[in-house]
Amino acid sequence: MLLDRTGRKPDLWTRGQPDDHAPVLVAWEEWNTQARLGNDPDRLGVEIPNTLAIEDLRPVLSQVGLVAIRFGAFSDGRGLSQARLIRRAGFTGVLRAVGPLIPDEFGFALQCGFDEVELPESSAHRQSEDEWLRSLAAYSHTYQQGYRSRTSILAQRRLARLSKGQSHA
Amino acid sequence: MYRYDEFDAGFVRERVALFRDQVQRRIDGSLTEDEFKPLRLKNGVYLQLHAYMLRVAIPYGTLSSVQLRQLALIGERYDRGYGHLTTRQNIQFNWPKLRDVPDILDLLADVEMHCIQTSGNCIRNVTADHFAGVAADEWIDPRPVCELIRQWSTAHPEFSYLPRKFKIAVTGASHDRAVVKAHDIGLRIVRHPDTGAHGFEVSVGGGLGRTPMIGKVIRDFLPQEELLAYLEAVMRVYNLEGRRDNKYKARIKILVHETGTEALKARIEHEFAQLDGPSINADPEELARIAAYFAPPHYEELPAVSARLEAAKSANPVFADWIDTNGFAHKVAGYRAITISLKGIGEIPGDITSAQMRQVADLADRYSLSEIRVSHNQNLILPNVKNDDLFALWQGLVEAGLATANVGLITDIIACPGLDYCALATARSIPIAQAIAKRFADPARQREIGPLNLNISGCINACGHHHVGQIGILGLEKRGQESYQITLGGDPTEQAAIGEIVGPGLTAEAVPDAIERLVEVYLEARQVGETFIDTFRRIGIGPFKLAFQHNLEGADHVA
Amino acid sequence: MSATKRPPLPVILLANHFLDGEVVFWSGQGWSRNPQEAQTASTQAEADVLEEAGRLAFARAEVVDAALIDVSLSADGQPVPNHFRERFKISGPSVRTDLGKQAEFAKDQAKG
Repeated sequence: MLLDRTGRKPDLWTRGQPDDHAPVLVAWEEWNTQARLGNDPDRLGVEIPNTLAIEDLRPVLSQVGLVAIRFGAFSDGRGLSQARLIRRAGFTGVLRAVGPLIPDEFGFALQCGFDEVELPESSAHRQSEDEWLRSLAAYSHTYQQGYRSRTSILAQRRLARLSKGQSHA
Repeated sequence: MYRYDEFDAGFVRERVALFRDQVQRRIDGSLTEDEFKPLRLKNGVYLQLHAYMLRVAIPYGTLSSVQLRQLALIGERYDRGYGHLTTRQNIQFNWPKLRDVPDILDLLADVEMHCIQTSGNCIRNVTADHFAGVAADEWIDPRPVCELIRQWSTAHPEFSYLPRKFKIAVTGASHDRAVVKAHDIGLRIVRHPDTGAHGFEVSVGGGLGRTPMIGKVIRDFLPQEELLAYLEAVMRVYNLEGRRDNKYKARIKILVHETGTEALKARIEHEFAQLDGPSINADPEELARIAAYFAPPHYEELPAVSARLEAAKSANPVFADWIDTNGFAHKVAGYRAITISLKGIGEIPGDITSAQMRQVADLADRYSLSEIRVSHNQNLILPNVKNDDLFALWQGLVEAGLATANVGLITDIIACPGLDYCALATARSIPIAQAIAKRFADPARQREIGPLNLNISGCINACGHHHVGQIGILGLEKRGQESYQITLGGDPTEQAAIGEIVGPGLTAEAVPDAIERLVEVYLEARQVGETFIDTFRRIGIGPFKLAFQHNLEGADHVA
Repeated sequence: MSATKRPPLPVILLANHFLDGEVVFWSGQGWSRNPQEAQTASTQAEADVLEEAGRLAFARAEVVDAALIDVSLSADGQPVPNHFRERFKISGPSVRTDLGKQAEFAKDQAKG
């Protein structure tokens, strides 16, 4: 099951051999050996292990339209930090988390820069699309600044201070 | 003390609703037990030997009388009428039912409390000097910074699935009462030598457990306003590079050890340099907003010496001993901070009944501006008592059975719950503490021995801080029996040190005799004015080892 | 249940009730809070049955931490765990004998 913040979506990407139609997701381990079609980033993606140093991925980022990060387990949060670093490196394409994540970390993943989550069948048959979307509404506001989220609590307090300051002025 | 604004209150309520939903999803099978377990742990729910256990955060150790009464109510309504103070400024209930936990969390939210991140592989409850704000040797109250870190670390999107748990402690005093060097990050609030600006000395990689380590200083001075960005840099390096292949090597202390302090420091500084500070850090107004809640209360102008107190002391030597032992110098003349010992002789260290919680809450209202502290030593503190009120307070405590005068002495024992409650324990801790306390029950003898901290853990995870006990006891299983290993020379203060093993493991029955022999070595060798740890440092472990060995000979003590 | 090595016979099956947390024992018919009602398995085949009961109850989120525990039989036929950890688990805190199963089922409780 592939999900983004609006719900389930069809997966247009294929893994393995590139063909003429579908955009292809190339495993990092095969990045240098596999033949690639053209130079169209919209049709080329890379799938990386969560142990990869993002410095090593940097030269590839401009060549791909999608980066997928493999989560070995939902409890392994390395991919969340990798996503942050990939965004900081200026990547504006699609960032996908692949693996047995749980609904309760969907919001975190989006805040760290992911766009979508690809779940294995073993998770998808237990967890409904509705549960995943519902989890995004768990917190109206969160504290941290600098993450992709609705305005943080700290920012809202600052806004309140500013408007109060103006009304006093 | 800090009060929730609408955002804090809303967040905690949403968190309760989320946990209720998580329990439901476990029941309907959408979450597996492996998925549910970390979620319940992050809400403070453990499965122990006999039942679930709920660990409630008491951030930086500060409680109001209203909150303490609510804890009393929870203990009565959902537990067996008591709670247990931990070594990290939490309180645990030993018998809650999982089905009741969401309702308990709602009761906690009613008084601005929660169980968020009191367990699990995330940033845990932030701890502080239990005398914060009142200690005479403090230059700045660490609690506003702790509250800022509490908020920043709560449901952090990037750092909620760390390799292992992560503990932060803060002190703003010259004497370290928060064991900051035994934390994953220890912050000492310092003044810049040139500008006088506030900042932090940052240590990383302290920790007890299987591989005890003293934290290494990686920043002599971090400007106060850059704290959150710096913490983000440390956490990111740890999240990415901390080991995940072995639970026992997953703490940041191992990363520090294996990478080398200088190399790791360079990586953290490299990451920090790339961060856009202003987009991460709290602005100074936010810290000021929090700090306003910790402004000193209105203290009366009082003479340093209270005639009433002096008269009561001379009339009542038991009271005088209690004041001298359990009193602590306050920064305001005429006041004192009082430690309420939860280490009555033969009782369970850190346990307090609901009835006692209410009695303490009433006494706090009457004599301590309604404020209470909890210490990592598993005691309570009334931080703001007028000297004039001390005798009346003491009488109230005598009535509650809470007037034991042993703070800092050999019977003020830190002990984890051990195998009487804990599913991880390898041996019992509490009966050992009780037996030693009974052996040294005589108050005069305790005072003669002087300051001595004795810490007991029931397994290698070291919740009982045995590594930093001047006398430490570790309970293990050996050949199907409980066995106790004794260490000497640990130190939880700014001179932090890990204790050394004095000899082979003992049976439970043999421990009190052995402790007595070790104390005798000190009493025989000590010079005028020396405490146990002073003597130990001067003469070394040799004489203690010798006496320990003699004690063993001829007796079937070795476990 | 995890696929760890099976302890020596005889064994009983104990677990914690999922919603209550309380220690429960497989009685043959279902889960009992009373240790005296624990069914003892003396053969591998009987132990298989216990193990399967634990596995099914875990899958239904009825219990957690289901495990076979090796026991010895006391003079009156009561199963007593061989390891001191489980002896505490089926009696209660040794420092609070007023709490736990030792208090509730005091009469003929086999003491550890």
